[in-house]
Amino acid sequence: MRVTFTVNGREQSADDVWEGESLLYVLRERLGLPGSKNACEQGECGSCTVRLDGLPVCACLVAAGQVEGREVVTVEGLAEHARERAAGCATGACGTGLDEARKWAARPSDGAAGGDLAPIQQAFIDAGAVQCGFCTPGLLVAADELLERNPEPSDADIREALSGNLCRCTGYEKILDAVRLAAARTGEAV
Amino acid sequence: MDHAPTRAMSAPAGTPVGLSQGSHTRGGVGESTLRPDGTLKVTGEFAYASDLWHEDMLWGCTLRSPHAHAEIRSIDVSEALAQPGVHAVLTYDDLPCEVRHYGLEIQDTPALAQGRVRYHGEPVALVAADHPETARRAAAKIRVDYAELPVVTDEASATAEDAPLLHPGREDHHAGHVPHPNIVHRQPIIRGDVAAARERADVIVTGEYEVGMQDQAFLGPESGLAVPAEDGGVDLYIATQWLHSDLRQIAPVLGLPEEKVRMTLSGVGGAFGGREDLSMQIHACLLALRTGRPVKMVYNRFESFFGHVHRHPAKLHYEHGATRDGKITHMACRIVLDGGAYASSSPAVVGNASSLSAGPYVIDNVDIEAIALYTNNPPCGAMRGFGAVQACFAYEAQMDRLAAELDMDPVEFRQLNAMSQGAVMPTGQEVDAPAPVAELLRRVKAMPMPPEKQWEAAGEAVDVRELPGGLSNTTHGEGVVRGVGYAVGIKNVGFSEGFDDYSTARVRLEVVGGEPVAVVHTAMAEVGQGGITVHAQIARTELGVARVIIDPADTRVGSAGSTSASRQTYVTGGAVKHTCEAVREKVLELGRARFGTYHPAWATAELLLEGGKVVTDGGEVLADLAEVLQDEAVDIEREWRHRPTVAFDRHTGQGDGHVQYSFAAHRAVVEVDTELGMVKVIELACAQDVGKAVNPLSVAGQIQGGTTQGLGLALMEEIVVDPETAKVRNPSFTDYLIPTILDTPSIPVDVLELADEHAPYGLRGVGEAPTLSSTPAVVAAIRQATGLALNRVPVRPEHLTGT
Repeated sequence: MRVTFTVNGREQSADDVWEGESLLYVLRERLGLPGSKNACEQGECGSCTVRLDGLPVCACLVAAGQVEGREVVTVEGLAEHARERAAGCATGACGTGLDEARKWAARPSDGAAGGDLAPIQQAFIDAGAVQCGFCTPGLLVAADELLERNPEPSDADIREALSGNLCRCTGYEKILDAVRLAAARTGEAV
Repeated sequence: MDHAPTRAMSAPAGTPVGLSQGSHTRGGVGESTLRPDGTLKVTGEFAYASDLWHEDMLWGCTLRSPHAHAEIRSIDVSEALAQPGVHAVLTYDDLPCEVRHYGLEIQDTPALAQGRVRYHGEPVALVAADHPETARRAAAKIRVDYAELPVVTDEASATAEDAPLLHPGREDHHAGHVPHPNIVHRQPIIRGDVAAARERADVIVTGEYEVGMQDQAFLGPESGLAVPAEDGGVDLYIATQWLHSDLRQIAPVLGLPEEKVRMTLSGVGGAFGGREDLSMQIHACLLALRTGRPVKMVYNRFESFFGHVHRHPAKLHYEHGATRDGKITHMACRIVLDGGAYASSSPAVVGNASSLSAGPYVIDNVDIEAIALYTNNPPCGAMRGFGAVQACFAYEAQMDRLAAELDMDPVEFRQLNAMSQGAVMPTGQEVDAPAPVAELLRRVKAMPMPPEKQWEAAGEAVDVRELPGGLSNTTHGEGVVRGVGYAVGIKNVGFSEGFDDYSTARVRLEVVGGEPVAVVHTAMAEVGQGGITVHAQIARTELGVARVIIDPADTRVGSAGSTSASRQTYVTGGAVKHTCEAVREKVLELGRARFGTYHPAWATAELLLEGGKVVTDGGEVLADLAEVLQDEAVDIEREWRHRPTVAFDRHTGQGDGHVQYSFAAHRAVVEVDTELGMVKVIELACAQDVGKAVNPLSVAGQIQGGTTQGLGLALMEEIVVDPETAKVRNPSFTDYLIPTILDTPSIPVDVLELADEHAPYGLRGVGEAPTLSSTPAVVAAIRQATGLALNRVPVRPEHLTGT
């Protein structure tokens, strides 16, 4: 079957999709967006977390056919999503021009880059919240969604919001630091 | 904090040591520089092994045994092969040459099962197809006729007189020294006179302890892409811990010389020991060579639980004695590790468990025995802590019981018996570097206690998120009891027992666009630990340049050894430092040749490379590196070795078997809902001596991550194997639980830096020590809260409620 939906502001179609394929498989293997990760493929680890019409979901648990006509934001579109939000479009659903959407696909210059990242992405780097990084994309999408609805979360709020995302490397302390840091920086910027 | 001065440590190959760069260069050793792969990892663009894609690529799939022990009578692949989209189906009979087994130390593992399967999930056949689901469905159509065999699952069944032998006729180097063919390796350690010491003991404490089978549970599944090459060889892009060890095992089974198997490290989503053994490497290469097409294999989580070795489950018997004034008289122990169906790294785990079984204590009289079994359980091998974890759980429980018998404070009792520099291990090896065991305990004990009843702190309503059971809303504080527990551990760093544990680095210094650039090339597997961050720091410190490029790890450069045993910053870091020193010497030679006649300091002063210039130790600038190098590149590849070790004597266990020791201590604060058996860890504080924090941010990350894996073993993590059938019952993240952010407490970290003068920059391997003491500290805290003995981990709610 053919599935057509909006990914990171751009309408995309995938052909020859088998009915059993997940949104995660279509993103990773058919649309060239491998940022959403495949750590468990059973909805337990959160590494494939994406936004589906604004809500964080495990892409591995969403049948590809279910996203027909809907909006998906992945880690690859997170920076643009955060920019739009900062510009006053809180849901991220106000559309992106084709040229704008292509920006996130450009390769970053090197490890010192920074300006093009969402605040939560930069905070993960700065706080040491990234080790192997396999959980990072899902955590970023989930943490960004938390900060969108709660710009000043308590530690308990952060733990609750991220409790569906497993990390095996960090012991979560630096992830908490990163979310606090992103919240503080965003608060200062407002 | 006691900071030892940073200075150049003696390098064994005779390069100049008076030229170390200290930390004058920005982004050098000792700074919390950020990961060079950080941006790629937060944008989703970092290419992990499972993200790789190649035009025309096929998907590989493994058919695995549903039985723990069975004879394979026949395999019929015809229906699978006939499926549309299927390009190849391979079994044992399709292996291309005479070499059909592999293994880290003992080559006992068949690439595909031959006539017999020895554990649940053993690979039997392979399929390549154009879609992963097509491959899975085709694999399900392979007809294997199994005749089930009786299983051996523990010491009694495995060493019974009529026990079926896992590997009849084994000829490995341990075979002639073990009391039963189903014992992989046995290591006794005898020192002093236990019988006489026992007579002097005022109290004797004995205990039986058990550690469940823990899984590494790295998040990035086993995966890789094999691309057949025109020369008949294969290019393999792979997530592994040790490229050259893989290569040594893969090439013979493919019937190819090593130079025709070219391996490149792809992104690795964590490892923790679980990628030290091969998983899909040979399989993907076989399918690629058979089909002539690139083949990608990616395990799902279910398969991952069968696709790598686990931490050895263990049964431990301990006896300690002490005098009334609190001095330990002796220790006798017997440690039985279940190695499962194939050897993997079981012999080395036995060596660690036995040699570290006394813990970081001075015990002059010991009688130690450790063995690893062959059984039909899942194969076990490397996991963070490697044999020391199991022993630490047992000896630390013993310390608390001894202290209780003597009516002493458990921390003071430990401090009274703690080893320090100059102490002698049970193996007779002297600990010739700082061993601040008592100080680490003092530090965790001195940390401020987390406030009581934090669930009330918020104000009027109870915040159930701060209580055991959390949002399950199981208690509002009724029946909740706090407990505090302490533990300390000792871990070896580096490969032991005479292993030639070297690493290789290639460093190139050249001028690009008027700026000096160092290029560092090693085969070190970056698995998330931050080795590449550290390599760049070392190059900046030693070469005084701002720009460092880390080349991808591959087999075009010499072996870096394994990313395990807490060894990479020490050994490959040491190799990078050593090679940079050689590059620096070459640069100074060039400088002397070009400018030596212009300034006497070229001949007389100690020269440094700093800020892209050659300077004297007095700070005078002699030349820009750009002027010295001009269009010449200095490019050197060197091997580097730490001090050699020796094998343990097979009968007495004596020998200087370890390279370095590392120490960490924990204090756990828990709150237990004693009615429902729910445990909430409130805080898990750690103090560790790291010798030199080369990257303090990464050091904290290692300590907190290791601590959390220890918490997991204490409370939730266990692969449950059915004792009757030897089948794995919980191969999923639904049923195998690892700590979430809600399970993980605040982890305050106190880092000591007491230099080990034998190690580069005085550093001490960091990664594993915090995994050891975390588990016994948590369990000690639960014991204090409940008064229960709790001799087994993980501790489950039913162990606390008796239901």
